[in-house]
Amino acid sequence: MNIGRRHTAKAFPWRRSLWIASLLTPALVVMVLFVLWPLLSAFRLAFYEFNGLQPTGFVGFENFRKVLFETPYSDWTYNALKHNIIAFVALMVFENGTAFLLAYALLKALPGHRIHQVIVFLPVVLSAVIVGFLWKLFLHPLFGLVNQTLALVGIGAIPWLGNESTALGSILFANIWHWLGFPTLVLLAGMQRVSKEVIEAARLDGAGDYVLMTRIIWPLIAPSVTIVTILTFIGSFNWFEIPYVMAGLTGSPGGATDVLGLYFYRTAFGSTTTGIQDFGQGSALAVMMFIIVAGVTAIALRYLRRREIEL
Amino acid sequence: MSTTAGSRDRGELLKNGAIQLMLALNAVIMIYPLFVMVISSFKTNAEIFSSPFAMPSSFSLTNAERVWTETNFVRYLANSVGITTVAVALILLFSTMAAYAIARYRFRLSALVLMFFLSGMTVPLKLAIIPLFIQLDTLGLVDSYAGLVLVYVAMGIPSAVFIMTGFLRTLPRELEESARMDGASEFRIMRSIMLPLARPALVIVAIQNAVPIWNDFFFPLVLITSDNLKTLPQGLTVFVGEFTTDWGVLFTGLTLAALPITLVYIVLSKQFISGITQGAVK
Repeated sequence: MNIGRRHTAKAFPWRRSLWIASLLTPALVVMVLFVLWPLLSAFRLAFYEFNGLQPTGFVGFENFRKVLFETPYSDWTYNALKHNIIAFVALMVFENGTAFLLAYALLKALPGHRIHQVIVFLPVVLSAVIVGFLWKLFLHPLFGLVNQTLALVGIGAIPWLGNESTALGSILFANIWHWLGFPTLVLLAGMQRVSKEVIEAARLDGAGDYVLMTRIIWPLIAPSVTIVTILTFIGSFNWFEIPYVMAGLTGSPGGATDVLGLYFYRTAFGSTTTGIQDFGQGSALAVMMFIIVAGVTAIALRYLRRREIEL
Repeated sequence: MSTTAGSRDRGELLKNGAIQLMLALNAVIMIYPLFVMVISSFKTNAEIFSSPFAMPSSFSLTNAERVWTETNFVRYLANSVGITTVAVALILLFSTMAAYAIARYRFRLSALVLMFFLSGMTVPLKLAIIPLFIQLDTLGLVDSYAGLVLVYVAMGIPSAVFIMTGFLRTLPRELEESARMDGASEFRIMRSIMLPLARPALVIVAIQNAVPIWNDFFFPLVLITSDNLKTLPQGLTVFVGEFTTDWGVLFTGLTLAALPITLVYIVLSKQFISGITQGAVK
């Protein structure tokens, strides 16, 4: 069976090795230069002081101390962190909750369900920049579509993005509109894997929709729920584009929409107003964000996986 | 008996009606904003402000003409097309080569190499942007097409290697063995026998990478400063800054920016959905 291969391998072992090596080299070089090396450096640079692009000296945990315990940096850090946490909770409830209902509705495979799948996924393929600007225009206090619509039923002009109490919610709404299709179709795929017999058997036992949804489908789609939860968490903590486009680099108004991604970018690459750039503190923030995301993901994966097994 | 069955049918009908209503409502929420964006692109400012819900008085292309001639829009569009095409082509090339070596040959370290690629899937490269920026600066690649493309290639390789390795492993051994007996070179076996069979996986990998690269804003924001090198999403921010008060032109810019990917999506919606949700759906 293997004669041919053994023959070439034995006759020209160096040729075979060279062939394999040349297949692997381009991908490995790119990965080492632009993933492995930057990632390892990211941890190292967090312990250095910087002058422009150049690390000038080892400062231990100084950068971490500043962003965590020294005002005003620490205030900015916790203010941003708070908004990331709010975003995660809001997206879990409103985005994934809606997605679950939509997925269940699509599972019925009523006439037109395919078109509905294509429609709900359409915004997902658009750039966050387009979505952000579009909703920024629609949320304009005077001429925006939202307030023009509300005016028809007599509700006065609300400055959605200008008001501290509504700004974050408005941006989250745009984000949900953008991404809703993703969890919907992931959960739908999970539901479609629940065997038809199980559902039929439950129906014959007299289970209604509510019981079917809560007792049969919900537990059986646990793997999909795990994935959606983790991706939502990662997305909430790396959130950047839509806040940047809709609320600007400083998370206006007055930091009401500031998130860690914006704060990190401002620290590392300079805000438009102050122009201050600090790679040391920026690296410390990046390392902390990395630890939050990797740590919570690992713990959540363990906990959620255990839940899957118990069921 | 028949009455209970009848009432159950009626109940089912009512429930299905409610479901259809919910789906229809959702479709309106998804589509109507995009519809308004498109019709507004034909309107003048006065029309948008005074009659936001009405159809445009004429389908004039004045706004589109202004976007075309007064801004760098065409340049941004061309940059995005070029960068996405080259990056995706390199991802396909490099990942398929590496995956082919891992999947079709037995050699020492092969498991380790695969592990190395797979661990790259978990790395959020955005968080390593500072050292990445310094690295590209050292190589003289900041503010260049090449720098941006290389970052995208590095980001795309891990999951592409994962998908391609999985796929190439499923191809039967007999095919290459018989070609080898016939004296075909290893390159010829790969190029003419194995790779044509891998086309479905290549399509998935291409879409999975093309969409986020096409839409990306973060990396150009950090790495590109010359206006002539800017990508479409990045260029939109410049454009919006210039035309803040001219909503007709703004809506036209957004419409034109959304148009290419929307058209491709409508044609290839199935592949798009499976490409983008790949990884979350097993």
